[in-house]
Amino acid sequence: MTLVGVASTVSSALIRTRLSAWSLTAIAVGTVAVTVVLFAATPMQGRVAFLLFAAALYVTALTTVSALVEGRRRAKDRLVTSIVVACSGAAVLPLIAVLGFTIAKGTAVLSGSFLTHTMRGVAEQDANGGIYQAIIGTLEQVGLATLMAVPFGLLVAIYLVEYSSGRFGRFVSFFVDVMTGLPSIVAGLFIFALWILALGQSFSGFAGSMALTVLMLPTVVRSAEEMLKIVPDSLREGSYALGIQKWVTVVRIVLPSALAGIVTGVMLAIARVTGETAPLLVTVFGNPALNFNPFSGAQASLPLFVFSEAGLPNETAINRAWAAALVLILVVLVLNVVARVLARLVSVRS
Amino acid sequence: MSSTPSGENLDRRTRRRGDAIFRMLAQGSGAALLVIMAAIAVFLVLQAVPALNADTTSFLTTLKWAPDGTPSSFGIAALAFGSVLTSLLALLISVPVAVGVALATSHYAPRWLARPLAYVVDLLAAVPSVVFGLWGLTYLVPNIIAPSTSLNHYLGFIPFFASNGTYGKSIFAASIVLAVMAIPIISAISREVFIQTPRDQVEAAWAIGATKWEMVRTAILPYGRSGIISGTVLGFGRAIGETIAVALVLSANYEISLHILEPGGNTIAANIATRYGEAGEIGRGALIASGLVLFIITLIVNFGARAIVGKNSRGGAS
Repeated sequence: MTLVGVASTVSSALIRTRLSAWSLTAIAVGTVAVTVVLFAATPMQGRVAFLLFAAALYVTALTTVSALVEGRRRAKDRLVTSIVVACSGAAVLPLIAVLGFTIAKGTAVLSGSFLTHTMRGVAEQDANGGIYQAIIGTLEQVGLATLMAVPFGLLVAIYLVEYSSGRFGRFVSFFVDVMTGLPSIVAGLFIFALWILALGQSFSGFAGSMALTVLMLPTVVRSAEEMLKIVPDSLREGSYALGIQKWVTVVRIVLPSALAGIVTGVMLAIARVTGETAPLLVTVFGNPALNFNPFSGAQASLPLFVFSEAGLPNETAINRAWAAALVLILVVLVLNVVARVLARLVSVRS
Repeated sequence: MSSTPSGENLDRRTRRRGDAIFRMLAQGSGAALLVIMAAIAVFLVLQAVPALNADTTSFLTTLKWAPDGTPSSFGIAALAFGSVLTSLLALLISVPVAVGVALATSHYAPRWLARPLAYVVDLLAAVPSVVFGLWGLTYLVPNIIAPSTSLNHYLGFIPFFASNGTYGKSIFAASIVLAVMAIPIISAISREVFIQTPRDQVEAAWAIGATKWEMVRTAILPYGRSGIISGTVLGFGRAIGETIAVALVLSANYEISLHILEPGGNTIAANIATRYGEAGEIGRGALIASGLVLFIITLIVNFGARAIVGKNSRGGAS
């Protein structure tokens, strides 16, 4: 075969016919039409089933036509692209479903009186009652946990970035990773075993915030560590050159440069522990009445409230669970969105 | 002020003291973190031992959970089986979807769509697990009965899909909820690795006329394998530790059964949440013992993930 012959085979393979946008539209319209007819003529029904069936039919038709016109390789490529699109849909759909369901169910019950009343003396089938005690409890528990975890986590991060060299630092870093994978219920059981069983203390908001601290720590350490690492060494060297001590350099120069990033990490950590239920179940226990004092006696919390109301075999109780879930989800999502917007603003400036 | 030599010395010494104190604080915090990890193991063991001694049957092989009965009898077998089964099923569903999402956000979606898509999937990780549980309980469980019935009807000859005719609060439903919760972890880690694929490998695939899928298969997937593996292992850790969502969705029993469509099954974590309120002294110790088993499983999983990633990244570099 001559060189020209080879070149023409190659080029004919390269310019092989491709499906036009017009034919893709035609396939789509055809599949929808076939699905409509099938759903009208056979016992198949349901909106979800319709969408799934039409999508599957479209992909099958597209792949077949593509295989006939464009060849096997293109057909396979189109099939995989369809699968990737389907996967994205499958991942986004649950979020939309959960958010939509929570908003629809939650707004039906949510009201000013729901936010400002407690569940004291309210029976499970009564329509009144509210989550005031749970909001106070969650604010105090998460607030205390933040007060403990942030300075602690920052110091660990400073150690890892500014001081550690050698084996001990790697050891600490390794166990920060291990702590990240700690199931939240185990953190709760740890505080239960230590604080309540071994030390004989009672259930309290403080016990819950200790468990939350264990869960917040690795998140705070990792995010602060990342931020401290990207502070340029020239800042540190400039400070040393002026004869400033190392610790003053860290506190006055390095930390402020990384502040916005650290705040973002702390907010994400707060958002994470605000939704934690399992560790609070075994340390805070839950309480229908208001308990302002986080250091003594069982307290309520938003996620615990959702869990306990959801477990009741009663429609009004489950509706209360949805309303509390809506409040919880709003708090967590607002924290997340604000944290990410902040991160974006800062990264654009640097 | 410090014109005399002694004054200068004093000044330097106080300055060094400030540095030394700060260094000790930072190093002490690192050490305190290690102490907490050690204390978790120590106190779980201390509080579990009395209950394990009171157990009249073997902890590792007993199915039932009656620690406060006379005689006390409880075991981890059914719970551990349920934990592993639900988590593996969750991975079976979530890994393909998560890899698809990771490919979409790293290479398939146009720029304007890729960022919001990755962001939305990240938000999925922020939804509290109790809300997923509530959704699973009120929406998923009633709506899973119809597909479960058809699965049983057409595939009932496979042991997994056999059933006694009831459906709903099943291992299958719990696995779907866990899968939704594992997707953001797996896809985030896979995506991180996918976007680091060396540009020359991608360009080389394009240059020899590869289609997009051929480029993905020959350049991105081999390079991203370690990311997929470590994401999967971490997703497993998340799924096996999940407590509240599973406790809300499953109707608990203490049997080892492969019939994933039937109501029943239980996991270590969910069992702690559902039995904690009624537990007596031995019952609480027994729950702590089960928590210790969960702790050990997650430790093994985490060490395993690090070992795999370490080995693979070294292999990839050479």
